[in-house]
Amino acid sequence: MGKLRFLFALWMAKLSIPALKITHHNGTDFPGSLALKLCPDFLHYVTRPATVIAVTGTNGKTTVSNMLTDILEASGKRVLSNRAGSNIASGISTAFIRSSNLLGRVTHCDIAVLEVDERSSPRIYPHVKPDYVVITNLFRDSIMRNAHPAYIADILTGCIPGSAKMVLNADDLISSGVSPANERVYFAIDRMEGDVVDCINLIDDVRICPRCHTKLTYTYRRYHHIGKAVCPGCGFHSPEADYLAQNVDIAAGTMTLREGGESYDYKLITDSAFNVYNMTTVIAVLRQLGFSHRQIRGYMDNTAIAASRHSKEQVGEVRLIRQMSKEKNALAGSRAFDYIAGCGGRKEILLMMNCLGDTRHWSENTCWIYDADFEFLNNDSIVQLVCAGARCTDYKLRLLMAGVPEDRIICEYDEFKAAERLQFTPGDDIYLLYGTDSLARAYKVYDYMKQLAAARSEKKEAQA
Amino acid sequence: MKAEVLFPEVGNLSGDLMNIRYLKQCCDKLEIVETDLKSRPAFLDEEVALVYMGTATETGLALAAEALRPYLDEIRAKIDAGQLMLLTGNAQEVFGSYIDSDQAERMEGLGILPLHAEYHMMQRHNSFFLGTFGETVIVGFKSLFGHTYPDGECEALFHTLRGVGRSGGSEDEGYRMNNLLATALTGPLLVLNPPFTKTLLRMMGAEDDALAFEEAAMEAYRVRVAEFSDEHRDPIY
Repeated sequence: MGKLRFLFALWMAKLSIPALKITHHNGTDFPGSLALKLCPDFLHYVTRPATVIAVTGTNGKTTVSNMLTDILEASGKRVLSNRAGSNIASGISTAFIRSSNLLGRVTHCDIAVLEVDERSSPRIYPHVKPDYVVITNLFRDSIMRNAHPAYIADILTGCIPGSAKMVLNADDLISSGVSPANERVYFAIDRMEGDVVDCINLIDDVRICPRCHTKLTYTYRRYHHIGKAVCPGCGFHSPEADYLAQNVDIAAGTMTLREGGESYDYKLITDSAFNVYNMTTVIAVLRQLGFSHRQIRGYMDNTAIAASRHSKEQVGEVRLIRQMSKEKNALAGSRAFDYIAGCGGRKEILLMMNCLGDTRHWSENTCWIYDADFEFLNNDSIVQLVCAGARCTDYKLRLLMAGVPEDRIICEYDEFKAAERLQFTPGDDIYLLYGTDSLARAYKVYDYMKQLAAARSEKKEAQA
Repeated sequence: MKAEVLFPEVGNLSGDLMNIRYLKQCCDKLEIVETDLKSRPAFLDEEVALVYMGTATETGLALAAEALRPYLDEIRAKIDAGQLMLLTGNAQEVFGSYIDSDQAERMEGLGILPLHAEYHMMQRHNSFFLGTFGETVIVGFKSLFGHTYPDGECEALFHTLRGVGRSGGSEDEGYRMNNLLATALTGPLLVLNPPFTKTLLRMMGAEDDALAFEEAAMEAYRVRVAEFSDEHRDPIY
């Protein structure tokens, strides 16, 4: 009966694909949603390629999944991936529906690379049974959905099959402890310039030893709880990395990868520590799949990290920069604020990370604002902060608490009027900080900022 | 004047530690004492104007309960004597009888407050709260794995106008035992509620109840009270 229901769900879902194409909705998860509605354990019945890699974690899972898919395809593998859809059960079901025949068999793919939402894992792993589970990291995310990272680690441990080999971040004491009985390898980045010992962030989710609860000491700390820790009480320490990025030189664009006592040179394909982690993760996975360092280097040289969450362009006499800072996510905010503060030049910032859906029907839970390091924005290079949207008064209060002088802060409920309040001083970098929920409006506000910047430039030229 | 933060190494979720930072910004003379899980609480031996604990992980709650258990009789005596304490988020569960979870064994609390909690680990509750503390309007958020249920008589800290009290259908929110003030609300509570913070400062014996960034805090408060009072907005997420 179950199999019949599965086949019925599969056929209905497959029938929906041409209909969606005709109506220009072919990028949605509708086929997977329909299949799961008709057959809730749909994923249990699909056959899978010979190898399945699941990539999860708070940050970096999209980048790692996309890089892996690109490299595997470049190497001639036929890859099943959910990159065109979502990373929840419906998106993964859609990927299988698109790649399977009418009997639900995936016949033309050698390998699957699945990006998996952490919270959705219990609906996916018990059925799909990945051979490798890659966890990039676990940080604090939306407290409304994900509570805290230890909760997510428990969910993952509870649903990852014992047969899966774990590829884990040794610099993250939360994710590195997931599924402790499983076979595992670790990746990490050795001490980098700029690392600290004491935490300078508000969020520090591994302050005590998980075994004896003594306060941990860090040999080095990159940000938040990411780094190399040791317990002075019982000797517990971060795992040793099997794949260790060393001598990372962002300016020169080089690093070495240490494995089994040997070092291998790599060119960096990024200028941020976050993406060095992503690159190291990809190397670790590819090594597990049997690729040589020489092969990986070759593929890496032709790989780019999509800059979908960050873009910049010169408009008139200012540079406009669009920077995503996911709403309700303190860590995303902290990383974005830290990045902006570290960039050179004078800056003006428009903050509109409001959750627009909540603005209409609820009222956004703003706890995250008080976990996010707004203190990074208390920086003399940031000359103006325009707080926009329904939560502008909350941003203003938080900025004041962070020590930002009041004369740098402007509150404006309407995002377009907020854009008009920017100074557009020639030579300034002007940032628009927005979340995923406000994406569509953010693009419109950004276009308006472009008009304003161009108009001010033209006016100045006319006056000259 | 001192404020003691119990176990900030675990009680640091939901932005709750900003309650204490805000108090410090309001009252420059306030000395903040942080007590870790391996130390004896300062308020047992010296005068402390306010003892505070914020939201923790479930493991953190269990560790906090075990850290305080050796001092249970002394803590009871201090509460009876009127020690001012503020517990926000799930910290009140440490002072309750127990926490039952659908995915873990029962966690024994200190049994000071007559309450128990019931956690459903895959069903997170999210809501906003509008209520009162005497004449003062209170706003805050709940983001919880479960609610608390009274096991005996205990005064409520807040009266519920909109949203969920101790549990669904309850008009009582939080618990008050002498000057032990316990609420499931986060926000952070003191940053979101400047009028209540003024009251708390007076209870602490502060010379002045002027608030840091008072105008901005009151403006954000007024906006939030208006939103939470809007009947078109459902408090339950």
